[in-house]
Amino acid sequence: MVGRERALELLEKALQLSPGDQTEIILNAGRSYLTRFAENQVHQNVGESNTSLRVKVIKGKKIGTAATNALDDEGIAAVVKRAAEIADLQRDNPRFVSLPEPEPLPTVDAFSEATAATTPEERAQVAGQAISQARENGLRAAGSCSTQVMELAIANSLGVRAYNTSTNASLSTVVMSDSSAGYAAQTSREFADLDGAEVGRIAVRKALDSLESRAIEPGEYEVILEPAAVMNMISFLAMGFSAVAYNEGRSFLSGKLGQQIVGENITIWDDGLDPRGHAVPFDLEGIPKRRLMLVEKGVAKSICYDSFAAHLEPGKRSTGHSVGMPQFGAIPTNIFIEPGLATVEEMIASTRRGILVTRFHYVNTVHPVKAIITGMTRDGTFLVEDGRIVGAIKNMRFTESVLRALSHVELIGSEPKLIGGYFGGASVPAMKISKFTFTGVTEH
Amino acid sequence: MRDLTKLALETAKAQGAAYADIRVIRDKGERIGVKNGTVEALSSDESVGFGVRVLADGAWGFASSSQVTAGEMARIAADAVRIARASALVNDARVELAPVESIEARFRSKVKVDPFQVRLEDKISLLLEADRLVRQTEGIRISSSSMKFWQEDQVFASTEGSYIEQRIVESGGGIEAVAVGPGEMQRRSYPNSFGGDHASRGYEYVEAMNLPDHAEEVAREAVGLLQAKQCPAKETTIIIEGSQLGLQVHESCGHPIELDRVFGMEAAYAGTSFLTPEKQGVLQYGSKEVNITADATIEGGLGSFGYDDEGVPGQRVPIIQEGRFVNYLTSRETAPLIGEERSNGTMRADGWNRLPIIRMTNINLEPGDWTLEEMIKDTKEGLYLVTNKSWSIDDKRLNFQFGTEIGWEIVDGSLGEMVKNPTYTGITPEFWNSCDAVANRDYWHLWGLPNCGKGEPGQVAHVGHGAAPSRFRNVKVGVGQW
Repeated sequence: MVGRERALELLEKALQLSPGDQTEIILNAGRSYLTRFAENQVHQNVGESNTSLRVKVIKGKKIGTAATNALDDEGIAAVVKRAAEIADLQRDNPRFVSLPEPEPLPTVDAFSEATAATTPEERAQVAGQAISQARENGLRAAGSCSTQVMELAIANSLGVRAYNTSTNASLSTVVMSDSSAGYAAQTSREFADLDGAEVGRIAVRKALDSLESRAIEPGEYEVILEPAAVMNMISFLAMGFSAVAYNEGRSFLSGKLGQQIVGENITIWDDGLDPRGHAVPFDLEGIPKRRLMLVEKGVAKSICYDSFAAHLEPGKRSTGHSVGMPQFGAIPTNIFIEPGLATVEEMIASTRRGILVTRFHYVNTVHPVKAIITGMTRDGTFLVEDGRIVGAIKNMRFTESVLRALSHVELIGSEPKLIGGYFGGASVPAMKISKFTFTGVTEH
Repeated sequence: MRDLTKLALETAKAQGAAYADIRVIRDKGERIGVKNGTVEALSSDESVGFGVRVLADGAWGFASSSQVTAGEMARIAADAVRIARASALVNDARVELAPVESIEARFRSKVKVDPFQVRLEDKISLLLEADRLVRQTEGIRISSSSMKFWQEDQVFASTEGSYIEQRIVESGGGIEAVAVGPGEMQRRSYPNSFGGDHASRGYEYVEAMNLPDHAEEVAREAVGLLQAKQCPAKETTIIIEGSQLGLQVHESCGHPIELDRVFGMEAAYAGTSFLTPEKQGVLQYGSKEVNITADATIEGGLGSFGYDDEGVPGQRVPIIQEGRFVNYLTSRETAPLIGEERSNGTMRADGWNRLPIIRMTNINLEPGDWTLEEMIKDTKEGLYLVTNKSWSIDDKRLNFQFGTEIGWEIVDGSLGEMVKNPTYTGITPEFWNSCDAVANRDYWHLWGLPNCGKGEPGQVAHVGHGAAPSRFRNVKVGVGQW
């Protein structure tokens, strides 16, 4: 690990060398290990250690950016020089006002010594627990067990000084027979929380329950989405909360702040400080995280700003959601959906004819303004009739507006699950949705 | 460098590795992004490091570091062996590798104009001019243009005696126009969406795109789409333009022929493949018109290279011959599992800190005999679909759905009205068996895709797809509720 003191020293050194009017330096360090298994064998087992510096030098309104992972004195001097040279050759960005001023930073407890010290043998052991469940049932397990230590340090010439370290441990598996598959996963900052046997058991049960499946006709169905499937769907809303996307008219939210956009039972917020998520105290400009209500009782309440976007609108300030890409805008990375009171069993019991989805695969946006997305079910898709699961079905394709789906949520799960995503993670419950459009079926 | 790589390999052997290889990589990249008349992104990235892959006790281990020093190389090599031994604790099968010749070689992609030597002012001026021209059309809300350049210098050395130096230089770029109306947003891109087109070429490749010359057309079409009628929902004949067809090849042929997927090695993340081993040489994957090759040897292809990351020479391999599925993409580990003696050289890693996995090279639909004009004239009713907008395919690569930026109706052998939000969906072998016309070499282009994701931890590969416009019958279009 680099450590707080050394990280901030490196940033100071780089700041001192900059000839810019303003300068921002981001240090990213990571040590990660991942044990990957397939066909009940560990087939990839990798370790990585890397530290990089991203330097932004600003001269007037000219911005130059350069990055390196050579962190000796020579490497740091070279990357600052390169960023400055780029700034010299750059054109003015008339929309740039200033880097952010420092704000008091909260602290979060996101680091686990034990996770950081996990050995390859311990990762193989947890993977082995999941594999054993599959072997004992004559099935084949694939998946991965990983641990990560991440360090993020940010400094700018206006006084921002931020450092955070965090750990993460994850296990996921797909257990397969010749005709079926089942999925389960777990993520936590504590490696000790990972229960390979339990994750293996859930995936095995889904695979065994799907040994025989039949195709049903596409169409509109009641649907019960387990948390992983809700996460697949919700991930595609995140970009729409960017103030840049909002103002450019390319968000499903554009012009709809303050309006009812989904059902009254839907409340969504972002909170980087909540320890139930992948907590992080500040964003990629060193601005503190805070709770931001995005959708309250179905009404669109807020959009996300970084300092770049906030400076363009009178009275706005950064909401602490910079992801380091001002051209695309700030987005929520620690989403929470308010849980309800139902269990998945109650959702099943209340369903006359519907589909239970474990997770979706390859979800992609079809139309961002209409929030229409498409994707496939996978690893455990079941038909529910008259309040009980009657059998497995072939995987189906959905093509649906997320807003329409969230307008027809009948029941919300009482036990949200933390699931990793593209930029951070989300805490999401299961949902029962009364109208959900499946547009195709596949052969398995 | 030879002394350092030798030290790492000898350390791995001394620790008990039966096989080891090392890749030392120095890479750099430059990205310029212009949006609405402002250079919003201008960055230059450099990275250096090495990765050691070992086989010990019959299992794989891999470790990597950014510090290219003798001490670190010895430490990482030993770490890789320890990781391999941990893998072996779980395994009851041993990895066996297909043989490869020991090679001493150098390879460099052919570049006329080194993109890193071109003045930044010139690149910015070109992008600003294209961007300005996009915004000349009334109704354009967002104009953007971009360029990307990469250079990777790699040394590969193995305990089997290979020592290979490669330099691969890549260039690409494109423009985009976005028009916004009430509840609607439409985009047109040139020469392709999501950053344009890319190749293992120099700056000459970007200059030849003549980006400013196409600005007015993309802007006009984006604005036109706001008023266009919605793509109808029906079953019809479609003619797919080359860049979209390249992505169709990528998703529904390129991925399912990756032999690691077939054997479940990507099952938990990217998925598996419907092309199970008993189908090799038997399955009629497509119609007689469909001939697909994997070709790492094409000069300038984004999936071209001299040697893969196991030191196996790049090759040209038939994949689909007159519709019949004949070959997979293989590695030294997987080739013997289907009775092949040798790998066909497709193992590549995304940088020094990633383990090589099977990746597409240039997966090409070979040209046919038609002209596009003949194909349209020969079509009574259908749609002509151009430039990818969205993509999705199931975890065995069977049920796919694509959206394109734009479409035109075909009525009685002529292009008719423009349609917006076109989508089409199908099942892979049914779809390729419905292909009854492929355009000739004059319409064929090798498209570069720099964003193919696979693996855990995630790896992004640069791959190529040659394709010409082709016709497919009885395809479901206009999916979902609009």
